[in-house]
Amino acid sequence: MSTPAGGALAALTAGQRERLAALAREAAFPAGARIFEEGEPADRFWVVLEGRAALDVSVPGGPRPVVETLGPGDLLGWSWFFPPYVWHLGAVADGPLRVREFDAAAVRVVCDEDPVLGYALARAVGGVVAHRLKATRMRLLDLYGPRPGGGAP
Amino acid sequence: MTAPAAAVRGSAAVPLPYRVVRRDEETADTVTLALEPAGEGLEPFRPGQFAMVYAFGRGEVPVSVSGVERGGSGGRRGERLLHTVRAVGAVSAGLHGLRPGDGVGVRGPYGTGWEPAAAEGGDVLVVAGGLGLAPLRPLVRELLARPERYGRRSVLLGARTPADLLYREQVRAWSAAEGLLVGAAVDRPGPGWDGDVGTVVALLGRARFHPPDTAAFVCGPEVMMRATARELVHRGVPAHRIRVSLERTMHCGTGHCGHCQLGPVLLCRDGPVLGWDRAGPLLGVREL
Ligand SMILES: Cc1cc2nc3c(=O)[nH]c(=O)nc-3n(C[C@H](O)[C@H](O)[C@H](O)COP(=O)(O)OP(=O)(O)OC[C@H]3O[C@@H](n4cnc5c(N)ncnc54)[C@H](O)[C@@H]3O)c2cc1C
Repeated sequence: MSTPAGGALAALTAGQRERLAALAREAAFPAGARIFEEGEPADRFWVVLEGRAALDVSVPGGPRPVVETLGPGDLLGWSWFFPPYVWHLGAVADGPLRVREFDAAAVRVVCDEDPVLGYALARAVGGVVAHRLKATRMRLLDLYGPRPGGGAP
Repeated sequence: MTAPAAAVRGSAAVPLPYRVVRRDEETADTVTLALEPAGEGLEPFRPGQFAMVYAFGRGEVPVSVSGVERGGSGGRRGERLLHTVRAVGAVSAGLHGLRPGDGVGVRGPYGTGWEPAAAEGGDVLVVAGGLGLAPLRPLVRELLARPERYGRRSVLLGARTPADLLYREQVRAWSAAEGLLVGAAVDRPGPGWDGDVGTVVALLGRARFHPPDTAAFVCGPEVMMRATARELVHRGVPAHRIRVSLERTMHCGTGHCGHCQLGPVLLCRDGPVLGWDRAGPLLGVREL
């Protein structure tokens, strides 16, 4: 075993991953390509295989600040899992990017048909969201700032 | 537990005179000072150990050794100590303001080190947040000097902004070293930043390691170390193979005064570097 082998969907059984794989294909984005845009329907999602994606926010009249980057094994996009299925951030390929691309609507149908798979995927997606929330809270503490929350040697 | 006798070796109660021979600005509030002994030098420091550095007229504070250099006069007498100091208060600002030629007093070596020998044969993760890279730099140098002793080696760095990353030139050189994965994540990127954006904990997902045989060396703000250690344990790294460096106010440096007591541990003597199996439960305790 070697991290990040299984990535975001590692907790699913082999059979569950196979079912999802039938709804996915490999895809690539050239450096700088926009993967999705804030406000657009979240009809797909991706697991990063190679390279890096940057999540960004559109601000009027300025460059788009990057709020987080994602790399190999990471789940790119979770808005497809929760109504209203609309992206709340944008994403761009930060260099050449290779991904596994899933058809979100088809995955949702499979989840409704097979609640065991649906629950496993809900836990996986929930885990990712929880992780990102924890990371965001840590960054809110501004740990490395002039007066860090914890004190750094 | 490290035997006190070994930990306080060479620990004269009186500081030895050293002289600043170089001052490198690292970031807006942090400098690296190269100190050369004016006379007899201290015993050699192991990676992770610290010195009590005395800014004349201001006071004395614990500062990790961020590197060692052979000085002009050669031999141990001429061994230069590198200290990376961030100005946060009276004493550290005093040290930060020193210039080549200025004198300081130095006691040490104190405390436990990273002890990389225990990591040999397995994968190694070095995880540093902010100034936490200072005490870890000698360890990274060890990993670079003797790659054959270790498995896959990763150095993961976190900082507030790209401008706050320490030792940028050296980190660039490390990135070019064969077999060493170097990742850096910042909270706030700026134009031209080509690393990651996020926490250093998220970078763990990028590193390749076999958790049961991995040794991790973690230093940074306590919240960052806790989050990193918990994530590593979750991924299957044994708690005793995760070493963290804890910081508490220190006074004597020799385990006598009790200023740095954390539960049953006197951090200046039994720490600052501890296994997570011991440090984890102690960090759950606010004050004892
Ligand atoms: C084992 C050990 C190793 C250390 N290694 C290093 C090192 O390599 N480089 C280094 O710069 N420091 C290091 N420190 C921290 C350093 O000792 C303190 O920053 C110093 O003691 C502060 O003293 P002062 O008189 O400058 O500030 P004080 O007057 O004591 O404090 C001024 C203000 O700064 C705050 N403060 C105290 N410590 C810190 C801190 N670490 N970060 C941010 N704010 C702080 C205080 O809460 C206070 O508000 C280490 C500490 C320990 C215990």
